[in-house]
Parts: sequence; structure tokens; C-alpha cells
Amino acid sequence: MPADFNWAIGGEAGDGIDSTGKIFAQALSRAGRHVFTSKDFASRIRGGYTAYKIRTSVDPVQSVVDRLDVLIALTPRTIEENLEELHEGSVIVYDGERTTMANVEIPDGMVGLDVPLKRLAEEAGGAIMRNVVALGAACEVTGFPIENLDSALEKRFASKGQALVDNNKEAARSGQDYVAEECDVDLGYELETTDSDYVLLNGDEAIGMGAIAAGCKFYAGYPITPATDVMEYLVGRIERFGGHVVQAEDELSAINMALGAARAGARSMTATSGPGIDLMTETFGLVATSETPLVIVDVMRSGPSTGMPTKQEQGDLNGLLYGGHGEIPRFVLAPTTISECFWKTVEAFNLAEKYQTPVYLVADLSMAVTEQTFTPETFDMDDVEVDRGKVVDEETLDEWQNEKGQFKPHAITDDGVSPRAFPGTVDGAHMSTGLEHDELGRRTEDTGMRVEQVDKRNRKVGTAREEETWDPREFGDPDSETLVISWGSNEGPMTEAIEMLAGEGIDLHFLSVPYIFPRPDLTDAVEAAERVVVVECNATGQFADIVEHDTLTRVDRINKYDGVRFNADELAAEIKATVAETEVTQ
Amino acid sequence: MSSDVRFTDFKSDKQPTWCPGCGDFGTMNGMMKALANTGNDPDNTFIVAGIGCSGKIGTYMHSYALHGVHGRALPVGTGVKLANPDLEVMVAGGDGDGYSIGAGHFVHAVRRNVDMSYIVMDNRIYGLTKGQASPTSRDDFETATTPEGPQQPPVNPLALALASGATFIAQSFSTDAQRHAEIVQEAIEHDGFGFVNVFSPCVTFNDVDTYDYFRDSLVDLAEEGHDPTDYDAAKNKILDASKEYQGVVWQSEKSIPYGEKRGLDTDMSRVDEGAPEGAMDLVREFY
Ligand SMILES: Cc1ncc(C[n+]2csc(CCOP(=O)(O)OP(=O)(O)O)c2C)c(N)n1
Ligand code: SF4
Repeated sequence: MPADFNWAIGGEAGDGIDSTGKIFAQALSRAGRHVFTSKDFASRIRGGYTAYKIRTSVDPVQSVVDRLDVLIALTPRTIEENLEELHEGSVIVYDGERTTMANVEIPDGMVGLDVPLKRLAEEAGGAIMRNVVALGAACEVTGFPIENLDSALEKRFASKGQALVDNNKEAARSGQDYVAEECDVDLGYELETTDSDYVLLNGDEAIGMGAIAAGCKFYAGYPITPATDVMEYLVGRIERFGGHVVQAEDELSAINMALGAARAGARSMTATSGPGIDLMTETFGLVATSETPLVIVDVMRSGPSTGMPTKQEQGDLNGLLYGGHGEIPRFVLAPTTISECFWKTVEAFNLAEKYQTPVYLVADLSMAVTEQTFTPETFDMDDVEVDRGKVVDEETLDEWQNEKGQFKPHAITDDGVSPRAFPGTVDGAHMSTGLEHDELGRRTEDTGMRVEQVDKRNRKVGTAREEETWDPREFGDPDSETLVISWGSNEGPMTEAIEMLAGEGIDLHFLSVPYIFPRPDLTDAVEAAERVVVVECNATGQFADIVEHDTLTRVDRINKYDGVRFNADELAAEIKATVAETEVTQ
Repeated sequence: MSSDVRFTDFKSDKQPTWCPGCGDFGTMNGMMKALANTGNDPDNTFIVAGIGCSGKIGTYMHSYALHGVHGRALPVGTGVKLANPDLEVMVAGGDGDGYSIGAGHFVHAVRRNVDMSYIVMDNRIYGLTKGQASPTSRDDFETATTPEGPQQPPVNPLALALASGATFIAQSFSTDAQRHAEIVQEAIEHDGFGFVNVFSPCVTFNDVDTYDYFRDSLVDLAEEGHDPTDYDAAKNKILDASKEYQGVVWQSEKSIPYGEKRGLDTDMSRVDEGAPEGAMDLVREFY
């Protein structure tokens, strides 16, 4: 049987595509299979093509590929949209009794499985369960034990009562039975199960979980695709740990509330996407100048302006690095996988508090909305460390007072980091401001103090460069003459592309960079390579520009900005082409 | 909290750079008195200030404070108070700050009803940027940017607050020291969002809404026997554009502050050394 199996359900938005896909993904994950999901959704609630795709294997999977083995098509368009990915022997499940599907043509060589989804669902208790009938049919086709589907249905519907759970199970059975009795299909393999226990989550959820793990207590946000899931995750969970979520009236308010909570001493966060980052940029400068620790998550989508809200892009990098008037010290972290969304969030809180600086955590849509399986130990909470930095209390505060007994929240220090006194600390009362200020936090335009404060704030970056590690994640063969560099969610497809190309005798050295600022020094790796390719989902090559700037070396670029993430085959092909091209010219 | 706090403890040693005679002096003194009278001290008080001459107030007072960006003081105060309910939070700013750039936040802060007070120094002009029309300027008030007057009716901040569901609405006059301090004190003591619009004249740029004008036209609601818990009476006063009122106009007896509704009663500044207890359950949810 093939190493991996690819399944999709597609239809119109509003057809329940998302929850059906998720149920099947959970069933697979509970059966000890690795899962990687992707969503193709339009920016509308009803109508418009939507699909949920699952790639599953007993081995870890990191990306999507251009192949579909089983497709549940609720609309004719679903077949059209996926024609290129369907292959000889692909199975298409459809409901021929549905008027729109009555005359669909199953492409040559493919197996059409006409299952009366709606009728069977109605017999089981309601037409709404027709997707579940289709899942039952899919179980039969793939030889996947339906008990796993049962357990996912239980998880999904338990809170709505046992009757609903039972109806859904029955619906699934009817799909399974129908295929067993009426259809003659044999894929020639069965989806194996294993005893492994996996968890299945997406990047937004991992960020939310990381925030709670790090002790974040306050979150304020304003809904925006694809960052909303962070807020939805936190609501109802953060309260269990003594925290609170506020849905603010806009992003300006959200970041200011988060700033207020941080000034009160709470670990505090907000999350948004590009348009919201633009609005927050004003306050970003205040956060940095008042030296307030704050984590600001940007889940990138396609821009500029409202762009393509439900599509992938990595176009905000320059904005995050350089956005804002004046010069603002900041950290920019960019998780490269879903599990790193968790760990980088924890790290972001520590950096924010140790250096009293805003931290941008930048994820992209592909990572945020797709789910992947992990072993639970991937998120071992015992490994979470909390470092609050230089917080002073009643006893230690007097070291930081001037001769008049006034507390110096912006004391000039060698490492650039000043003491923090949470409100309520006796004798620590002080003012913070976005105006340039002296050590006490009071407005000044004194030229000497201005320079001292600017230098002090910028010194934090130097200190952090020395004290923290900013390494890239390294893959492939370090001796290869081709070095590929990427950031963000490209790591997944890239690691698979490496394996594919290795099979063809092309070895690659790959560095996936999770730190945009500060960032690793890539000079040695770049100099050691014959050719360097930077892979990213934007048109102008923003990260490639940075690499060129840092290493004083020209690099090749592979850019994708059609709104769709890279997949492994595509990336392998493009790299192969680049390698061939540079061989010719050399 | 110490019992022997005097209002001057809330004074910083920074000399105000306000024009001599600016209404903001009186506004600030009243705020300091009200804070001291309500048993607060600088270490448990957090003042958030807006931008403008009025916004400088945080600099001249002594407490934990943040002087933020233009128009966004209310969200900051909200975050401070929700994160640490033990703090006394007071937000202060100007009419431009609060009713122009920050108008959206004003409406929502009122709706949210967080237990803090909001003091707006309403001089009916932009002071710090040297005399442009503000949202409360009269429609024929000539300024450099509105040579024929704004030609649009002024915002009625009290009406805006009432329409947004305010639980406490008051107005005071900065130079009437005693009354002003009392009114701010009531705003602090109110369970919920205590809003006070303070007539705080700009002696440099506004020659219409002057001390004399307010002195001559102000009507004290307490003297009129106004019952602030009577919604209809409050509404009538607020919509009566022919008079300038001083006093508590409206106070809901049913106010439940946001924090209480949401059960927020602990200081969120405390964080465990590692992940909080039970955090592994968060992972298990994804099985
Ligand atoms: C985003 C932004 N826009 C404009 C300004 C310039 N600005 C500073 S104060 C002010 C108006 C202040 O008016 P008001 O709130 O009435 O305060 P006053 O000075 O009258 O007390 C403006 C427009 C600014 N600081 N920030
Ligand atoms: S310009 Fe007006 S508001 Fe500003 S300090 Fe002077 S008098 Fe006060």
C-alpha cells in the first residue's frame, strides 16, 4: 500500500465540510495514524467552494501533496477543482440522487461511488448527517475500522446528548453497509491502525495553549481571519487558570488593553492579522518606549489591504521588522511548525519580560488553520520555564531609587534592562510614557538623556543576542552545495522535498529560520554553499533580501504568492529546476 | 494603603507647564483630593492619561501611571483594572482625546462598565496643538482650522454616555474646588464606570467657554433637587441644551461592574514558575 493516503471532502461553504473533515482527521489520529490537514476555504459563509484535505500515514507527515485517493464530492465543482490531483483508481464518493450530482461524469479511470448520502442520513435520523454517511462509506472503501470513527463522533457530539451520538453512529454504519453491499470497490489496501496516541491541533490552538502554559493571564483581541482561533481557544480555557479574554472594540483598543494589563504585571497577549497589525503599530511604539513586556501575534494572511483574507502569504515580514515611526527595538519570532507555535509562544513571553520589550510572534495562515498530529510529550508542560526578568519588590526596590527616594523604572543599565515594579509595590509608584523620558520616566528633551535612553533600549538587543540562542533549525546534508533557507510554515513541505530529492540523488542543506530579529548569522553557511535558494510565500522575497543584506551574497529565490501554500512535490520540482538552471549558468 | 495619606502625596515634584490660569490645575487638585478622601494612596493608584494639555496630568501627579497615545487611554485603564482589581484606576484626558480620536473607545468603555473613573477635561478646544476646534466646540466657533466655525453641532458627551448605557454620569467645573472634588469622589466610589465631564477652561485659546461663561450659566443639580437615580429626569437634563449643569446627573442603582460580572477578583500579576498546574490537560483535550 502507499506510504501515505490522501482524502478530501469538498462542497459549498455551509455544507459542514470543516467539521466533517475534522471528525475524520480525529478518527485517524485516534487510530494512531499521523495526520496533516489543509483547508481550502473562501471568504464567505455560504456558497463558494470549500474543501478539507487530509494526508495520513503511519509515519509523520509534514505537508500536503498533489494526490487524492478518496474524494467525497458534495458538488460537481468539487470534482472539477481537484481534477489534477485525482489519479487512476481514485475513488469519488457522491450522491447521485441529489439533482445537482445526478449527471456528474466520473473521469476516466476513476471509481465513482454513488451513495445515496441524503436518503441514508434521513433514514438514520436527519439529512444533516449525510456527511457522516459519507465518512462511513469512506471507512468501508479504505478498510478503516469504523470504531475509530465512532470514538471521534462521540468526542464531537457528546455534549449534545447520547441520542445524537447514536444517530450519527447509525448514519456512519448505513454508509458503510451500503458500500459493502451495493458497491464493488477494492483499493487494494487498508488503512492500518497503530497503538500510538496522538494529539491533533492547529497552529492557532498551539499558540493559545502556549500562552496559557507560559502563564498568560490576559488576552484582548478583535476577530480577524486567520487569528480568531487563538481567541476562541483561549476563551473558556484561560479562565480555568485565573485569566481572562476581552473582545475589544477594535485592534487599537485590544493592544492598549493588553498593554494596560501588562503594566499591571500580568503576562499579556493580543493576536491579529496584517490589517490589525497596521492599527496596532501606533501603540507598538508606546509599548517599546514604555518598556512594557507584550506578546503580539500576527497570523499572516494575503495582503495588502484586505487582500485575500483566507489565503496564505508571508508578506508582513518587513512591516513587523520596520513598522512604526521612529526606531523601535523589538523581537520577531517566527515558529516554523505547529508544535513550534507552542514553544515559541512560551519563549516570546520570557523574552518580552526579560527584556521588557514587545515581541512579535509571526505565524502564517497555512500553519494557523491546518492541523497536525503530535505525540502529547511534544508539549511536555514540565519543560515550560517562566522567566519574569528583573522584577523588584519592597525589599529590592531601594537599590533602584535616586537620592530623593524615587524609583527609577528606566534606570540606565549596562545590559539595557531596567527594574520593573508592579503597581501596588510600596514606594514604587512611577510614571511611564511614550514621550522620551529620564530614568524616572518623566518627559525630557535633554539631548544627553535622549541618547542615553535610546542606547539603553537598543542595548537590550545586544544583550539578548549574547544571552539567548538564535539558531536556525538544520536539515539535510551540511556538505551539500545547495543551501535552501526558509522561514515559517515552509519547513514542513521543505523537509519532505529534501527526502524526495535525496531519492533522486540531489542532496540539500536546509536551514529553517525561526528568528527574524535577532536572527542567526547565516554567513558561514551561505559562503560554504555553491548556490543559495530562499523559499518564501511572498512576491518580493523579503527574507531573501535580509539574507543578502546580512551575508553580502546574492541568493536565488523561490516565491509563491498565489494564496496557496507550497506543497512538497511542487517545492521539490522548483528546487530541482533552480539547481539545474544554476548548473547551466556556472 | 496607609490611613494618613494627604492629597499632596499625589502631587509629583514636577512643575506643571500649563498656562497660568488653565482650568486643568483645578481639575487636578480635585482629583488628588478625591483620591485621598477615598482612602487611596499613590502605590495602589494607577492613573492613565491621554494626550493633550489635559493628558499631562499624569506627569504632575504621583502614582503608578501611564501616559499613552492619543485617544487610547480608556482601553489601557481597562486592561490595568481587569488585570489587578485591587488597584484604583483613574483615566484622564481631554475632549479631543476622549470624544474625537477616542470616541469609539469611550462608547465601549461606558458599555463595558469597568470599575474605574474617567475624568475628561472639557475645554471645548484643542489646547496642545494650539487652538483647533474640538468635538465639543460650538458650531460657529472660529479657529485656524475652522475659520467659519465647525458648522456641525457639538458632541453631547453626557448624551453619548447615556445612550451607551452609562451607569454614572456627572459634570463639574474645575474651579468650583469643593463641588468638583466631591463629584470626582462620587465617581470613584461608584461601582462601575464613573464618568465626569469637567469644564476646565482653556484661558489661551478659548475666549467663548470661559470661567465667566461657566460661572454665569452653571446650574447645580443638587441645588435643583435633581434625583440622579431618576432616569427620565436625567435624560431630560442631559438633552436640555439650553443649560450647563453641574453635579451627578445619572447614577444607576443596578450597576454591576464588568469585573464582578465576570468574577475577576484576583491580581493577575502572579504567575507560576513553570506551566500552571493542570496544564497537561490542555494537551489531552486534543486527543
Ligand atoms: C495620533 C495623533 N494625532 C494627533 C496628535 C496631535 N495632538 C496632540 S494633542 C491633540 C488634541 C488634544 O486635544 P484635547 O484632548 O482636547 O486636549 P487639550 O490639549 O485641549 O487638553 C492632538 C490632535 C497626536 N499626538 N497623535
Ligand atoms: S493651552 Fe489652554 S488647555 Fe493648554 S495649558 Fe494653556 S490654558 Fe491649559
